Amino acid sequence: MDFLNALALITNYILLPGFTYGSQLALGALGVTLIYAVLRFSNFAHGELMSFGAMICILFTWLGQSYGINFGVLPTALIFLPIAIGFTALYCFFIEKFVFSYYRRKKSDPIIFLIASIGVMFFTAGLIRFVIGPSDQNFNDGVRFIFNVREFKAFTGLEEGFGLKTSQAITILTTIILCSILFVFLNKTRTGKSMRAFSDNEDLALLSGIDPNKVVLLTWVIAGGLATFAGVLYGLDKIYKPFIFLQMLLPIFSAAIVGGVGNPIGAVVGGYVIALSELFVTFAYRKVLAYLLPESMEPSGMMQFLSTDYKFAVSFIILVIVLIVRPTGIFRGKTI
Amino acid sequence: MNDVFRRSLVFSTFAVAIVFIGFLQSWNVALGIFNLCLISATMALGVNIQLGYAGIFNAGVMGFAALGGLSAVIISYKPVSETISLGGLGILICILILILGSALGVIVYKSNLSQAYKKILFPLIIIVVLLCLNLIGAPAVERIEAFEPAASGFLGGFGLPIILSWMVGGVIAGIVAYLIGKITLGLRSDYLAIATLGIAEVIIYILKNEDWLTRGVKNVNGLPRPVPYEIDLQESTWFIELCQIFGFPLVETSSIVVKLSYCFLFSMVVLTLFILSEVALKSPWGRMMRAIRDNEISARAMGKNVKARHLEIFILGSAIIGLAGAMLTTLEGQFTPTTYQPLRFTFTVWVMVIIGGTGNNYGSLIGGFLVWFLWVEAEPLGLYLVELITSPLSETNPLRIQLITNAAHMRYMMMGLLLLLVLRFAPKGIFPEDR
Repeated sequence: MDFLNALALITNYILLPGFTYGSQLALGALGVTLIYAVLRFSNFAHGELMSFGAMICILFTWLGQSYGINFGVLPTALIFLPIAIGFTALYCFFIEKFVFSYYRRKKSDPIIFLIASIGVMFFTAGLIRFVIGPSDQNFNDGVRFIFNVREFKAFTGLEEGFGLKTSQAITILTTIILCSILFVFLNKTRTGKSMRAFSDNEDLALLSGIDPNKVVLLTWVIAGGLATFAGVLYGLDKIYKPFIFLQMLLPIFSAAIVGGVGNPIGAVVGGYVIALSELFVTFAYRKVLAYLLPESMEPSGMMQFLSTDYKFAVSFIILVIVLIVRPTGIFRGKTI
Repeated sequence: MNDVFRRSLVFSTFAVAIVFIGFLQSWNVALGIFNLCLISATMALGVNIQLGYAGIFNAGVMGFAALGGLSAVIISYKPVSETISLGGLGILICILILILGSALGVIVYKSNLSQAYKKILFPLIIIVVLLCLNLIGAPAVERIEAFEPAASGFLGGFGLPIILSWMVGGVIAGIVAYLIGKITLGLRSDYLAIATLGIAEVIIYILKNEDWLTRGVKNVNGLPRPVPYEIDLQESTWFIELCQIFGFPLVETSSIVVKLSYCFLFSMVVLTLFILSEVALKSPWGRMMRAIRDNEISARAMGKNVKARHLEIFILGSAIIGLAGAMLTTLEGQFTPTTYQPLRFTFTVWVMVIIGGTGNNYGSLIGGFLVWFLWVEAEPLGLYLVELITSPLSETNPLRIQLITNAAHMRYMMMGLLLLLVLRFAPKGIFPEDR
């Protein structure tokens, strides 16, 4: 019984939030990794792309709500997600046309691409703050919990319990579905295979008649779509803050690099590794240990490795360790 | 000759812009902007040494600037004797343990023990150090932070003149840069950018959360100044008489005099740094750096120690950024960790260097001046533009109100556009690098 109580505690405070946050990171990291695989640069504007997608979704949600549209128990934002994806993909299309295609033709150094992406980041950040303002927006109007801690306790009779938020369930499910679609697309379809070929060896891909412009545009559209998903799901789960996305850039990059940059499976695994370790390291184990250990050995302190304030630092420490010990990441990145 | 003409033209245009602001808004505003322009130029000089001379992408500018700010607090704030007696000893022991632990780690790393031993010893050292810190440090920190948390709750500083902190800020930033550089400088360019971005975030997190050191988000206010206070000037007889002779308004003149004294101090620093960097760039050392940047492999073939040179330049540039950070905190008179945002510090400084011309010190100066000028003036300019565009809409139109309240954020868009346009159409910047 004590063991189940401890397990319920860990599920509530580490596993569920960890897998939710990990899914959001994984979707973000997938976008970063795809851009890296095909265009070979680290896109610093990706956080702002997520923010952009979420913003469009919020604007349409407000519009929809003013006409009385809602999605029952689910958040209204989900109805407008496809529209937001469309807009973000269009925005990515414009970025590619007006900014990056020039450097691609000139075959510029990756670092020039990186600087250009910082220009895009600045512009997008300004655009977002200009349109929606710098303050927080809560747009989750669905039912908050599928079942909460109290209901769980009453159902199982345990002392501790866990609640499942609607946003958590939506996030985890969506990520599983999206990843499966993406992997089928990359591995089974002709277009997906041409993307992989292009990332593997550009010259060879050109020789076999793959249109580079098409591949690059498609990559941007997919990255934009994934960014929108990540941004909206993050906003639904926590709250939409324009400032938070620049901070999320670091865990996202860490996830992509830890998994092996350019490798989609790596990005997903990396996302979960980063998110879970952030929570495992900053969780206070006092209550858990109280259940597991005999009473005489009950700990007096918080039994916490690091204070919760250092959450973001954890992702960074993992990043540094991976860069030093195994720079190619867990899955030996570089190609799709 | 052409170069000299071009330079004087650009710099005098900037001077005209400042004078213009002086007449149009007020001299107080103009000098305020110019002082920050000088600080920006200092940061830009530091980044230029890294980015321009050696091609190192340091995305951790924010962190080093914050370390400079921290040094301003530690040097100038009066020591809080109560908290020192409460927990000073504990903190001191912790620092000693940290140093000892790192030294032990380095010894183990350098020793010729087998890999298996090292793999056991390293985690062991880390765990022991963490445990000691928790056992000794945590209670000390708790005692310090519990002491009058609304007014104090931190150790304070040494109570020395704040101007000393400029040098100390440089030294602290340099030491941290050495540690960071040791770990990250072997990385490829964009990995380095990501890693340094992360380190800067971690530094800011530490400053925000270690209340015993910096009061965290409660900020440290009322740092002493290196120049006289307005109120003292207004009360001193010689100043009142001086104002009467020339017929200046007393209050405004006093604040202008204060700003001018800051301006003098900052100009001295900028001038010195500029001359030193220019000499360094023209020296064999500068040529070697550029040779390494342009072709690392052949430089290595010539027997240059690329890694050591990169570390050297990373430390130098970061130290200058730290100095600029200390100057900034001195000017503001308070240390607020929450104001350190990567967009405002790191990436804006990059824009300064790139727009001015990477690898050219004149470029960094003018880039720092111009970009900061635009950053400040974008607000009134953006407001004017938005009002012009939305003028057909009625006064109470929600869209118009929304756009007008958010107009200040136009500055980010402007920075982005400026960077993209310069990168595309004039990638060498205003003053291209001398070859």
